[in-house]
Amino acid sequence: MRQSGKVVRITIIGFGNVGGCVAEVLMRRREAFIREYGIDFRVVGVADAKGVFVSEDGIKWDILRSFRERHSISRNTDMSALELIEDVEHDIVVEATPTNLKSGEPGLSHIIAALRASRHVVTSNKGPVALKYDELMNIADAKGVQLRFEATVGGAMPLISLIQNLEGNEVTAIKGVLNGTCNYILTRMYEEKIPFEHALREAQALGIAESDPSQDISGEDTAVKLVILANAVFHMKASLDDVSVQGISEITPEALKLADDAGYTIKLVGEVSRERLEVAPRLVLKGDPLDVRGTLNVATVKTDIAGDITIVGKGAGPKEAASAVLSDMLKICTTEKLR
Amino acid sequence: MRAMKISLDIELKDIPGQLVHALKPISELGGNIISVLHHHNRKTPLGNIPVQVVFEIDERNVETLVQRLKRRGVSVLRVGRERLRSSKIVILIGHIVHSDIRDLIDSIDSTGFAEVVKLSLEMPAIDMKSSASLTISAVNEDKLNEAMEILGDVARKKGIMMISPI
Ligand SMILES: NC(=O)c1ccc[n+]([C@@H]2O[C@H](COP(=O)([O-])OP(=O)(O)OC[C@H]3O[C@@H](n4cnc5c(N)ncnc54)[C@H](OP(=O)(O)O)[C@@H]3O)[C@@H](O)[C@H]2O)c1
Repeated sequence: MRQSGKVVRITIIGFGNVGGCVAEVLMRRREAFIREYGIDFRVVGVADAKGVFVSEDGIKWDILRSFRERHSISRNTDMSALELIEDVEHDIVVEATPTNLKSGEPGLSHIIAALRASRHVVTSNKGPVALKYDELMNIADAKGVQLRFEATVGGAMPLISLIQNLEGNEVTAIKGVLNGTCNYILTRMYEEKIPFEHALREAQALGIAESDPSQDISGEDTAVKLVILANAVFHMKASLDDVSVQGISEITPEALKLADDAGYTIKLVGEVSRERLEVAPRLVLKGDPLDVRGTLNVATVKTDIAGDITIVGKGAGPKEAASAVLSDMLKICTTEKLR
Repeated sequence: MRAMKISLDIELKDIPGQLVHALKPISELGGNIISVLHHHNRKTPLGNIPVQVVFEIDERNVETLVQRLKRRGVSVLRVGRERLRSSKIVILIGHIVHSDIRDLIDSIDSTGFAEVVKLSLEMPAIDMKSSASLTISAVNEDKLNEAMEILGDVARKKGIMMISPI
């Protein structure tokens, strides 16, 4: 028996690791989404830096599959990504272009155009959310649409959803290990007593660290996540300049040994509260909830009523980001009447 | 409660019941007696016996206690405050040559309310960065945090990285 679901049309802007992975999961789980959620996702357009492929009835799955395999799309129109967002009728824009922490572009323009056209937006792109949170939320509110960004913060752990589900509680602080690359490096230095450079090269060889790892190891990536949390959870109007940031490149194997002797390990911890926005290597008691190893991420949410709630999950990778994007998409579908 | 360890030297007359009489105000004020030491071998020329009592008590009750003891005719020779109750470890990384580590320790020890009670140093090679762990104790949690801030400032000025517990 062929089942049918409510058609939800989406575009994927930025068809790299994350965007491609979102498409792949949509293909693979298509039947399940129809069966379990009654939703039939159709990808009506995709865009990368080279161009746009559009099909208003939904791009055929084997075409999407070939784009995914080639990590690149072939265009079938002269339309720009912005025109695709504005002019082709659809419900949700998935924005997964590269993060730019200076201007937020091209993602910022994509998201603004999408919200103005009354389309919901799900993004994995940290730039626009960290730089222009209030502005974007104001447009979304005015247009009665949602902007969701779970994938920008906690890898596979649903940190934003957790906090949204704590209604009635006041969140007083969030503290956590929010960068899987740094956590991997520190874990290896701790376990194998190897120098920082050695652990970094290992992480790069394994594809855990990027070839340019500076945003991770300088603590900037964690700082951006804190800014997003500061704005989204604490309504602080914070920017990167407000975060005190220290990275991990100075840490020595001897420091990890001394910490170990005293019953501690060292983690790159991000902490956000109304009083404090800080990224720094910190001593964490062995066995503490924040003592997670390898590429794992962890966050403890401090609340006034529920006390401390800690979640652990795989750190950011394309699959984890795609998982977060999908769950945001389904949240939109289940909370909104889509046209 | 800001618990503080006190060692109290008193002199008691060598007659039964004196010790109980002297210890009563301590328990009345919520103190926890840890040890009582009679120096029978060191009788004073007037025939009194020196006794040392070590106990824990809220620091705000110490003055009242001494007054009550005196009112009971107990002669108080010395009130030793073992003040350092809260401690924390920090790790420092940098070119910590001897003079620098001395300055760091002095910055804490000179406060009067905190001191460095333990130091471990790892120096892998002459021109490489050293790592150190310092245990700092202070009279209470607030002062401990104050001491940590002082240390943080000095470390920052010297370009030394400081890693503190969450
Ligand atoms: N990868 C992860 O693990 C992860 C995890 C969480 C969040 N994120 C974030 O998610 C976003 C995507 O990451 P990614 O790893 O998928 O990056 P990626 O592999 O580099 O993909 C970026 C995609 O965006 C396209 N693009 C660039 N400029 C564009 C433009 N002006 N218009 C339309 N498309 C454009 C690129 O096209 P070309 O190929 O033609 O250049 C590429 O398809 C980033 O913001 C990243 O920070 C990534």
